[in-house]
Formats: sequence, structure tokens, C-alpha cells
Amino acid sequence: MGELVCDGLGKVYSGGKRALSSVSFRIPTSGVFALIGRNGAGKTTLTRILSTLLEPSEGGASIDGLDVMADANRLRERMAVVPQEARAIAWMSPVQMITAYLLWRGLDYREAKRRALYSVEKVGMSEHANKLNRNLSGGMKRKVLVAMVIASGADLIFLDEPTTGLDPISRKELWELLIDLSKDRFLFITTHYLEEAERVADRIGILDDGRLLVLGSMEELRAKLPHQYSIRVSAGADLPSFEGEKRLGRDGQLQVLTSQEEAMHISRSLLESKEKFSLNPITLDDIFYQMVGRTISSGVEEEDGE
Amino acid sequence: MRKVGNQLLASILVNAIYEMKNYPIILINTVISPLSFLILIVFVSRGELLGVAIIGGLIMTMFQAGTFLQSDLSHLKNDFKLQEMVVASPTRAGVYVAGIAISELIYSSPAIIILSTLFGLFVHTSLINVLGIIAVLLLMFLTSIALGFALATVTTDIVQSFAFSRLITTLFSTLAPVYYPITLLPEPVRTLAYLSPTTYAAQLSHGLAGYQQLSVEIAMLDWGVLLGITAVCMWVGLRKARWRER
Ligand SMILES: Nc1ncnc2c1ncn2[C@@H]1O[C@H](COP(=O)(O)OP(=O)(O)O)[C@@H](O)[C@H]1O
Ligand SMILES: [Mg+2]
Repeated sequence: MGELVCDGLGKVYSGGKRALSSVSFRIPTSGVFALIGRNGAGKTTLTRILSTLLEPSEGGASIDGLDVMADANRLRERMAVVPQEARAIAWMSPVQMITAYLLWRGLDYREAKRRALYSVEKVGMSEHANKLNRNLSGGMKRKVLVAMVIASGADLIFLDEPTTGLDPISRKELWELLIDLSKDRFLFITTHYLEEAERVADRIGILDDGRLLVLGSMEELRAKLPHQYSIRVSAGADLPSFEGEKRLGRDGQLQVLTSQEEAMHISRSLLESKEKFSLNPITLDDIFYQMVGRTISSGVEEEDGE
Repeated sequence: MRKVGNQLLASILVNAIYEMKNYPIILINTVISPLSFLILIVFVSRGELLGVAIIGGLIMTMFQAGTFLQSDLSHLKNDFKLQEMVVASPTRAGVYVAGIAISELIYSSPAIIILSTLFGLFVHTSLINVLGIIAVLLLMFLTSIALGFALATVTTDIVQSFAFSRLITTLFSTLAPVYYPITLLPEPVRTLAYLSPTTYAAQLSHGLAGYQQLSVEIAMLDWGVLLGITAVCMWVGLRKARWRER
């Protein structure tokens, strides 16, 4: 099986802004890899370097043994990329857009058209196949780009924030398509919806301020942290002394992040005092908070809906 | 080879055919701008400058192709991120741009057809001179495409890009002696006019059509300048263009 390898990748933009610092990792090119991080963390920069759109300033990377610089043309035969803020072209229909994209990929017109019709149907947009993209809803417009990727047959797929700005229902639909797509291809996705990344991704990387903090499956990420359990309890509850972190959740409840042993200890004490509480393994959100020291959306507006 | 054909077709479909098919009003637009000048000039000169203005219309149409290319390239690149999707595909830079360039010709084809018909009816000159004029028009097309390509790679948003193309169109095809003979310009302004590549193209093709005296020396000079400008613009265009960003 192939691998994606980054070796000391760094990027300094021409204005002098450093966006990535010695990023090194190695992941198999199968399933879904989700890159998460706050705005400005460097997700787009890393994605663009790996998808042959941007030259790195330091280090190198390869995918399935093909160097992103030296073997770019061979990689481009195999990859399909949807950049952040890519849009379906306003004056074309979904079928026209996908057909054109497939022609650029080198397919013949008839085959391109056939696949375009098939993929539009596959994303559940048959009724809209020949409407102009400009008249479609935000969720539909994004689906056109996913249909494009599905139709491409490419097996290395890069999607930069494919679900950002969509309503929760469209997001769910889009993720379902992406999960289906990942069955026999590699998906490299960036997102800042942590619950979605947790549910969908086989491997997750956390980027902060241009540095890769951790990378692994949810299990592996949990194992890297001192606190793997989360207890939620009302803010006024009496807690025994313990090792771990406390934080006040958005719901007004107190959250305790702690180790398994401590979690048992606290639970027993809460049971005795008949407090209502919940005990769960930590989520990606908790992991992110512990690694980065902030929540992913602190300081940014929630951006839901277009 | 077949693959390159498909890739060219993609650019043409996106940038001309689908656009014209889905918004037919565009066709009227492309015909109106070269024709409106032609009509104006013919009217003001009481028909005397008809032939000159027909040729002027053709030159302007060719020159406009580059400004269209420029704004289309930046529109597709900046507003839809289309170019990045194409960069990360098997299509190479030259093929993408060549496809867009051809699409500009197709886009302008209604104007070209009308003007060529008028040319056939009203301009009388030898076949060899017609071929010369066609060569001039082709050089004009290449120059403007190269110029447009270079500008598209340096402009980062559509408003800036649009401002550039408006400026270039006005300077090089409205003000410059394209629709009227250069001899109408008084001396100091005439020298200024020679800063525009379209001036040489117009002088040459007006001369070839017999509307203007054209000595062999001047003709040679015009050809030299046109070829030189085309070469320089293409060189700059290719050097400036970034496919993968730095
Ligand atoms: N073309 C560019 N020129 C200069 N700085 C840039 C450019 N693109 C991004 N940056 C900066 O690099 C940092 C990382 O950006 P980006 O990779 O877009 O982050 P993310 O996708 O995680 O939001 C940010 O500080 C951003 O302002
Ligand atoms: Mg980004």
C-alpha cells in the first residue's frame, strides 16, 4: 500500500509570512485523512503543497513514491483537487461543469458526458442536472464539485474545507458522499468541524501555527494525552480532589478531563453523592483543547449557512 | 494528441460555447463594440473611411481578444478557483491558455464574420495583400493574447483586472489610429501614437488595402516592429506566468 510522506516541509510566503514549519509525517494513502486546525493554522498551505499547487520553501513530500515537485505531472494524472472557496462556474450547468472538468482530465467528450450524468445522479441531483449552477443552493453547488471528483476516477483526492459554510443537513449529506467515496480512494480533507472529522476520518492531524502537533487515529491521539476521559457534571457539584483539568463548557456544565483511574474515582464519589453526571472517552474537541490550549472556534465567529 | 484536443475543447466549452449558449445576449455585446465605432466613423466621414474603418474593426476585434482573455483568465482563477483545479489535473499551462485563446476567437466570431463580409464587399485589393492583412491580424491576436496572459498572472482580483483591460482597450484601440488613418493626427500626437502596437498593425493593413501610401521601408519597419512586439509579449507572458505558485 502507498504512503504520503512529508519530510520537514516548511513554507514562507513571498511577503515573509511563515505558514508552515518543519512538518513531517507519514500516512497510508487510503481512507480519510482529516487535517484540522484553527483559521490561519496552515491547512490550506499544506494542502496546496501536497496537491502540486504551491512550491514548498523547505523540505519535500511524496505520495505513493512520487515527489510532489519532480513527479508533479504523474501525480496530476491521479489526483483531483477542490481548493478552498472553489465554486461551480455560474454560467454552466452541473453536467456542463463536470463534462468540462473531465475533458481537462483528458477524457473524450462522450465518456465525459456519460460520467457527468452518472455522477450527478449519484449525488442525488438528477433534477438539477441541467439547471444553471448560479441558481442552485449553496449545498447543491458544493455537491457539484464533489460529483466532479467522483466522476474523475482520480484516486488521490484533496478537498480543502469542503463543508465549511453549509447548513448542518447539507454537511451531513456531503460527508456521506465523501465517506462512500473514500472506500476505494484516498481523501485528504481539511475541516474545522471536529465532530465530523472524528466520525469520518481514519486518521487526523492537528495543525497549529504552522506546526503539526499530533497525528494518528482517534485511539492513537487519545493514547498520547494524559487525560483520556471526560466527565460532565453540573457546575455546583462537589468533586473530590483529582489530577486533571477542569473547564466550564458552553452548556454551563463543568467538564473534567482526567485519566481512567481518576475518572473511576471521581465517578464513585459522584455516585455516592447522587450527582447526575456523564462519563465518556474524550472527543476530538477535547483533544484539540488539550493540545492547542484553546477551542477551535475561540476568537472566530461561527460561520453557518451561506 | 487526442487528449490535448479534449483539453482544448474543455477551455473552449467553458469560456465560449457554454457561455454563449446559456447567455445569448453576450453575442450582441461582442458584435456591438467593433461595429459601433465603424458606424460612427463611416457616418462622420460620410462613407469615405468605410474601408479604413472595416479594417480598424477587425484589428480592434483581434486586439480585444487579449483583453477578454485577461479578464476571463482572472475571473476563472480568482472567483471560481478553476485554474487550481486545472493545474492539479493532466492539463498543462500552454494547453489551458491556448484553449482559452481559441475560445476568445470563437466568442468574437460573430463580429469577425460580419466584418469579414463587409471587407469582402467593400475593400478591393489583391489576394496577396489580403493574406498580408490576415497575417497582421494574427500577429495582433498573438500580441494581445500574450499581453493579456501576462497581465492575468499579475492581477489578483477581478476589479483590478477589469480596470487594466478597460485602460488597454481605450489606449490601444479607441484612441490609437485604428479606425482612422494616422495621417489625420497632427504631428506631436502622431509620434505618441507610435507607442501603440495597434498603430503599426493599422498602418500596415491600411497600406496593404491601398488606403494609405506605404513605402517599402515603412512596411518593413512595421512588420519588424509587429513581429518584435509579438515576440517580446510572448516571452514576457511565458516568463511571468506561474502555473504552480511560488
Ligand atoms: N498567498 C499568501 N501570501 C502570504 N501569506 C499567506 C498566503 N496564504 C496564506 N497566508 C498566511 O499563511 C498562514 C496560513 O494560512 P492558510 O494555510 O490559509 O491557513 P488555514 O487554511 O489553516 O486557514 C496565514 O497566516 C495566512 O495569512
Ligand atoms: Mg484554509
